[in-house]
Amino acid sequence: MTIDIRASLDHCVKCTICETHCPVSAATPLFPGPKYVGPQAERFRSEEASVDDSLDYCSGCGICSQVCPQGVKIAEINSRARARMKAQRGVPLRDRVIARPSVSARLATPVAPLANAALANPVLRCLVEAVMGVHRKAPLPRFTSRPFQTRQRQRSAADSFRAKSAKVVYFHGCGVNFFEPRLGEMAVAVLERNGFEVIVPPQDCCGLPLQSNGLFSEARTYVRRLASNLAPYARAGLPIVSTSTSCSLMLKREAHEILGEDSEELAVVSEQMFDICELLADLLGRGELDRRFGEVSLTVPYHAPCQQRGHGIGSPALDLLELIPGLEVVEQEAQCCGIAGTYGLKKEKYDIAMAVGRPLFESISELGASIAACDSETCRWQIAHATGVPVVHPIELLHRAYVGEQ
Amino acid sequence: MTPDTVVIGAGLAGLTCALRLTEGGCKVAVVAAGAGSLHLGGATIDILGYDPAVVTSPAAALGSFIRSHPGHPYMRVAPSLWAGALEWLRARCEPLHLTGSLDENLMLPTAAGALKPSALAPRSLAAGDLGSGGKLALVSFSALKDFYPRLAAANLNRAQPGPTERVEARAIDLHGTVAGEADPGTLRLARAFEEAAFRDEIVARLKGRIEPGERVGFPAVLGLHRSPEVVAELAERIGEAVFEIPTLPPSIPGMRLHALLNRALRKAGGRVVMGASVVSSASHNGRLEAVSTDTGSRRSSHGARDFVVATGGVSAGGVTLDSSWRFKESALDLPLAGVPPPGTERFCADVFGSHPVSRVGVAVDEEWRPLDADGRVVYNNVRVCGATLAGAEPHKEMSGNGISLVTGYAVADAILRS
Repeated sequence: MTIDIRASLDHCVKCTICETHCPVSAATPLFPGPKYVGPQAERFRSEEASVDDSLDYCSGCGICSQVCPQGVKIAEINSRARARMKAQRGVPLRDRVIARPSVSARLATPVAPLANAALANPVLRCLVEAVMGVHRKAPLPRFTSRPFQTRQRQRSAADSFRAKSAKVVYFHGCGVNFFEPRLGEMAVAVLERNGFEVIVPPQDCCGLPLQSNGLFSEARTYVRRLASNLAPYARAGLPIVSTSTSCSLMLKREAHEILGEDSEELAVVSEQMFDICELLADLLGRGELDRRFGEVSLTVPYHAPCQQRGHGIGSPALDLLELIPGLEVVEQEAQCCGIAGTYGLKKEKYDIAMAVGRPLFESISELGASIAACDSETCRWQIAHATGVPVVHPIELLHRAYVGEQ
Repeated sequence: MTPDTVVIGAGLAGLTCALRLTEGGCKVAVVAAGAGSLHLGGATIDILGYDPAVVTSPAAALGSFIRSHPGHPYMRVAPSLWAGALEWLRARCEPLHLTGSLDENLMLPTAAGALKPSALAPRSLAAGDLGSGGKLALVSFSALKDFYPRLAAANLNRAQPGPTERVEARAIDLHGTVAGEADPGTLRLARAFEEAAFRDEIVARLKGRIEPGERVGFPAVLGLHRSPEVVAELAERIGEAVFEIPTLPPSIPGMRLHALLNRALRKAGGRVVMGASVVSSASHNGRLEAVSTDTGSRRSSHGARDFVVATGGVSAGGVTLDSSWRFKESALDLPLAGVPPPGTERFCADVFGSHPVSRVGVAVDEEWRPLDADGRVVYNNVRVCGATLAGAEPHKEMSGNGISLVTGYAVADAILRS
């Protein structure tokens, strides 16, 4: 597979379609564009050396690979080249810390109110920026003092009892566990409403932030551990559903394509991995979705994040949301919010990330909506930070419609 | 959403077909390996430019062209559809002010200084029409490596649009960096032209250098999505007509057209799955039931009542040619017509000559359904449009976007009627 990704650059015909879609090169001259940095520069890179620093300004959004008509794995080539460059030049402490959300969250959870207050303090944030290089204004989520795993363990059996016909495994990821546990509870409720028994096995980070920061060997440790936790369920044929489009994409194909992981455990997990809207839209297609929705009278801008589009499954969230009476969903044309996981947190990249997202932010603000929807957690935090509009996962709107009906 | 129709391909043919179907009340999903080739071309709709001499009126020439080109995609287009297809596109691309008609080709200057016959072009390009000659001042940014107005001007001065009219062209050099860059691409320039300060600088540098009655030609970089305002403002401040000449890729006019069609499709309720190559299909009793795309972890199935193949020809990958000289239709493995027999030439030595490979494609019946070698319909519910169709030599005829638009429109019409 290592050879396949790199060899795909031979399919590049220099048509520049990737250049026309790249949201980062549109926002800053520091990134000269995916064609130059990807297939062209890669020809001059050996295993040891990278010839250009601009590589580090690729946000890894993956749009270039999606639009390439020739099948060149541009973003994946860049991701690997960045890892080699970082291995050669060293990785800043900042990147090592922000790439391990589950470690910092475990430290912060017991003192969540204190940690949240500290991270909301402008003086401390300036200090964090000076010492660590995390931009003072970057959107950081708030820690919960009751992680999703704890909530699930404390849930009484009666709460979850309904007539169950099938089982699914919920891969909630770090975002739900430590920052958005209510989303996890709503996801479980929506799945149960559709007749599933939801299993929530213990789980840790998928390693995606480590991978996108070029820390490949650390990322492999995480993704292998997660794959071996989930593999028994996958082997038993249970679907594994996720509310995090980037983490599920990591398990579906990025760990294989970018990290070169080819274990049987990962392969079986990847085959059973579903984005939650993908799974529910499949139910809809089979006529099995519970369609008793109450009215939700709202106009909601919906942004399909880059990583969601990377799934290659279309827009299942739109298929679901259009079923809700009263709900008007406005699909956003702008491509990217800019955050790209941890990219927009960094001192030297925050302004670029905000510039990348500007067309999206302006479009959402112009609509004057009271709420927006987006499938990916870091994108929600970025959009909310930039627009002041609260942003929810599409599942939250479905949940609202189900509750409204009861 | 289970769509009524799955359109495979997101170029001009696929987008035209998908948008018209969506407007006609169909639920449509576009499944595409990549973003299509609109970004590579000049966004002109060339219906018929050469037969083999230059065509001044496509409307007058099409009849005899079709009679002398049996098997050409135009053969299947009902006469009543032609004008409708052009008017339909004009209305969908209102901000571009598509100019021209079937009755008379525009003669548009190219970046190499040739004259290209086009039926329809965005107004900013059509303003450079040399059908009746004229004086041109071509603005050159020495930092832009993809555009050489000295070459264009020299060649245009040799061009002879008509028996009496003349072209007088010259280049005006703007040296130095552009928007702070020594090596900007067309995309960077187009974004710079959307900034007022940059326009001020250009207008100031051109002051006193344009002669009365000269039309001022720029590379097609006058704004990305706000180009009508940018062009109008420049024309007013310079005091002469301003036009654009399409450049090497990426083509800014192509990007504008792509953005408009995509926006219209999504607004109408169409869905697009990008980065999804069709890798297999399932059929039953002469009907295609579903196509599958590779998502990286497993295959994703797309079922529908009707399917449209709009994947392009050899250059776009809709038809592939492998190292053992086997041709293959890449989405559904449909039978191909026009394949040069073993031992015969596939290409000719003259770049602009007649290359047998360019006619390779899918042959269709009057309902645009694919045919096998014996003339039997392969799938009752599959239709083919655009460059995937057999029998055309678009580069020679100057018919590329014309075929894509008109056949995409006609296929949508056939599905809406069925």
